[in-house]
Amino acid sequence: MSFWRNAKVLGIAAQVVVILLVIAILAFFGDNLIYNFQLRGLSFGFDFLQDSASFPIGTSLIDYDPSNSYLRAIIVGLLNSLIVMVVGIIVATILGVAIGIGRLSDNWLVKQIATVYIEIFRNTPLLLQLFFWYSIFLQLPTSKDPIVIPGSIFLSNQGLFFPWPAFDPVTWLALTLIILSIISAPILWRRRKLAIELTKSSPDNLPLRDRKEQLTILLITAIAVPLIVFFVLDWQFPNFDRDLGLIAGGANLSLEITTLIFGLAIYTGAFIAEVVRAGITSVSKGQWEAARSLGLKANLVMQLIIFPQALRVMIPPLTSEYLNLAKNSSLATAIGYPDIYSISFNISEQTGRSLEILLIVMASYLSVNLIISVAMNLFNKQVQIKER
Amino acid sequence: MTVIDTQPPKANLNPLNWLKKNLFNNWYNTILTIISLLFIVWIFYSFINWAIPPAECLTKDNAPRICANYADWNAVTENMRLFFVGYYPEELLWRTWASFKIIVALSGFSWGIFSASSTLFNRATIIVLSVLGASYLTILFSVGFESQQYLVATLFIFAITTLIGKKLGTNLPDLKLWLPLVWFFNFFLVLWLLQGGLFLESVGLDNLSGIILTFLAAIVSIVLCFPFGILLALGRQSHLPIIRWLSTIYIEIIRGLPLIGILFMAQVMLPLVLPPDLRLSRVVRAIAGFTIFASAYLAENVRGGLQSVPRGQSEAAKALGLNGPLVLALIVLPQALRAVIPSIVGQFISLFKDTSLLAIVGLVDLLGISQSILLGNPEYNGRSVEIYLFVGFIYWICCYSMSLASRNLEK
Repeated sequence: MSFWRNAKVLGIAAQVVVILLVIAILAFFGDNLIYNFQLRGLSFGFDFLQDSASFPIGTSLIDYDPSNSYLRAIIVGLLNSLIVMVVGIIVATILGVAIGIGRLSDNWLVKQIATVYIEIFRNTPLLLQLFFWYSIFLQLPTSKDPIVIPGSIFLSNQGLFFPWPAFDPVTWLALTLIILSIISAPILWRRRKLAIELTKSSPDNLPLRDRKEQLTILLITAIAVPLIVFFVLDWQFPNFDRDLGLIAGGANLSLEITTLIFGLAIYTGAFIAEVVRAGITSVSKGQWEAARSLGLKANLVMQLIIFPQALRVMIPPLTSEYLNLAKNSSLATAIGYPDIYSISFNISEQTGRSLEILLIVMASYLSVNLIISVAMNLFNKQVQIKER
Repeated sequence: MTVIDTQPPKANLNPLNWLKKNLFNNWYNTILTIISLLFIVWIFYSFINWAIPPAECLTKDNAPRICANYADWNAVTENMRLFFVGYYPEELLWRTWASFKIIVALSGFSWGIFSASSTLFNRATIIVLSVLGASYLTILFSVGFESQQYLVATLFIFAITTLIGKKLGTNLPDLKLWLPLVWFFNFFLVLWLLQGGLFLESVGLDNLSGIILTFLAAIVSIVLCFPFGILLALGRQSHLPIIRWLSTIYIEIIRGLPLIGILFMAQVMLPLVLPPDLRLSRVVRAIAGFTIFASAYLAENVRGGLQSVPRGQSEAAKALGLNGPLVLALIVLPQALRAVIPSIVGQFISLFKDTSLLAIVGLVDLLGISQSILLGNPEYNGRSVEIYLFVGFIYWICCYSMSLASRNLEK
C-alpha cells in the first residue's frame, strides 16, 4: 500500500500540517504584536499593577481608596463581580424554579402568566433589559420618600436598604454554629437513613437507639438554627429619618447592583424555568401514575419520585445557565457598576496595557467558570443513579 | 365479535365547566386564580393608565407638568427613521428602501416556491405571518405619509412575488435548489446597495447604523461561523490527539469568556496583531469578534449532532468505498446538521440578541441608536421607558417569530 493511503501516515501528516499552520498563525500575530508594540512605544509586563490606581470606585467590599494599587482595584472588581454572581444565581434559581413549576401548573391562568413571562424575557436582549430596569429604577422616589416594604426594607433611587446583622463576636459565633449545623445535618440524615435500613436486618434492633439519638439531634438543630438567626444575631435595622430624608443603618445595596441582580435574575430565571419544565416533563407520566397508584400523595410523589429524576436531567443545562449568568454579569459595565470587567477596562484606558489587562480578565473569568463547573459536576455526581 | 369503541367520551366543556376545571378545581387553585387575576388587572391598569395620556398631554407645546407621568410616544414616532436606517444619508434613503423591497420580494418568492407543492397557509405560516403582520401594521400607522406609501407598496410586492413564486414553483420544481444561490447573491447586492462603491456614492461600512447594522452583524457572523464551527466540531471529535486538543482548548476558552470581553479583544487586540497597514473598520472587527465567539458555541451544537449519527452510517459508507472526506460530507454531516437545526436556530436567536452589545463597544446598532437618541436629545430626556419598550418590541418580534418558525419546523 502506498504511504498516502496509509491512515496512520495520513493522520500524522495532518497533525503536522495543523501544528505548522497554528504556529505560523501565532508567529504572524506575535511578530505583528511586537512590531506594533515597538511602533507605539508599548512594553509588556505586570509591574504597573503596583502603581497607584488614582481613580475612585463607587462600591467596594474591602477598603479601597484611589491611592491604592491597580492590583487592589482589580481585586475590588473581582469581589464585586463575585457577589453579583452568587446572589444572582441564588435569586435566579428561586425565580426560575417557581416560574417553571408555574408553567406546569394545572391552573390555566398561572400557566399563561408563566408562559408570557418566559417568552418576553427570553426573546429580548439582556442588555436592553438592564437599561430598561435601570431607567425605571432611576425614576424611583428619592430617599426623602422611599418605598417601604414590610420588614424594614426601604427602596429608593439611592438603592435598597435592608436589615443585616452587625459583625460583633456574638454574630461570628452564631454564624459558625449555623454553618456547622448546615454541614452536619445532611451527614446525620444520611446516617439515619442507613440506620433505618440496618434496623430491618439486625435482629436485636441495636441501631434503633442510635436512631432516636440522631432524631433528637436533628430536631434540636432544626429548632435552634432559626432561633439563633432571629434572636441571637444582632440585627441592625435601617432607620428612616423623615425630617432629614435619610436612611441609615442596616445594609444597603447601591441602585446599580440592585438593578444588575434584578435584571440578571429575571433574564436567567426565564431560561432556568424552561430547564425546570423540560426536566419535569422528561420524567415519564407512568412514573407519576405508578406512584399515585401505590397510594402516595401528590406532594410526596413530586418530592420522592418526580423531582429526583428530573434533577438528573436538569443539572447539565442548569450548569450552563449558571455559567451564562456569571459571564453576563460583565454587562455591569453598561449601567456603571464597577465589576471586574469595567474596572479592568478603566485601567486599560488609563495605562494602555490592554494585553496584560485582557489576560487578567480572561484568567479571572475562566477560573470562576471552572469553579462553577467543578462544583456543579460534583453535585451532578451526587444525584446521578449509582449503577453497579 | 363487535368492535368496542375505546375512544374516551368527549368532555363536555361548556365555559362554566372549563372555568371550574382549569381555574377553581380546589381551594389553593382558587386562591392562585384570584391572586393572578389581581396581578394581571394591576399590570394592565397601570400600563394603560400610563401608556394612554389624557387629551391635554397630546398637544406638543406647553403641556402641563403632570404629563411627565404619562407616556409620550412622540419620542418613538419622531425617531422612527433613526431606529431603522440610523444615520444613513437622507438623500440616499432610496437605497435602503430598495434593499428592503428586494429582500421582501425575495422572501415572498421563496415562500411561494416552498409552498408550491402544498398550500400557502398552514398553521405555522399563519401564526408567523400574523405576528409579523401585526407589527408591520403598528409601524405602518406610526410613520409619515411618504413612508406609509412605500410600506403599502412593499406589501403589494410581497403578495405579487408570492403568487409568482407559487406559479413558477409548480411549473419548475427544480427552482427550489437554486434559491440558496439566489439569496447568496442577493446578500452581496443588498450590501452593495447599502454600502455603496462601484457606481454608487460610497456610504462606508462604519456609517451603517440602526437596525441595518443589527441585521448585518447578526447575519454575517452566523454565516461566517458555520465553516469554523463545523471544522472545530470535527476537530473535537477527531481521533488525532493534537487536533482534538487544539479544538477543545479553543472551544473551552472562548466559551469561558464573556462576549463583551471578546468584543473588546476584537476591537483593541485585533489591530495590534495585524500588520499596521491593514486597517479594519470597526464593524468588521466587531463581526470578527462575534464570529470567534459564535463558532465555539456552534461547534458544541454540531458536536451534539455528530454524536447522534449512528456509527453504522459511516461504517456502511466506508464499506461502499467512499473515502474519509466524502463520508463526512455526504453521509455524516447532512444527518448531523439536520438533527441540530433547532439548536442552531436557538443560537442564531441568541446571537441576534447579543448584537445589542455593539452598543457598548461604541457602534450604533438598534440599541445604540436608542442610547444616542436619549443622550443626545434633551427633548427626549426621561422618555427612556417608551424608547426601550419600542426597541424591545422590535427585538422580541424578530426573536419570537424565529423561535416560532423553528418550533413548527420541528413538528
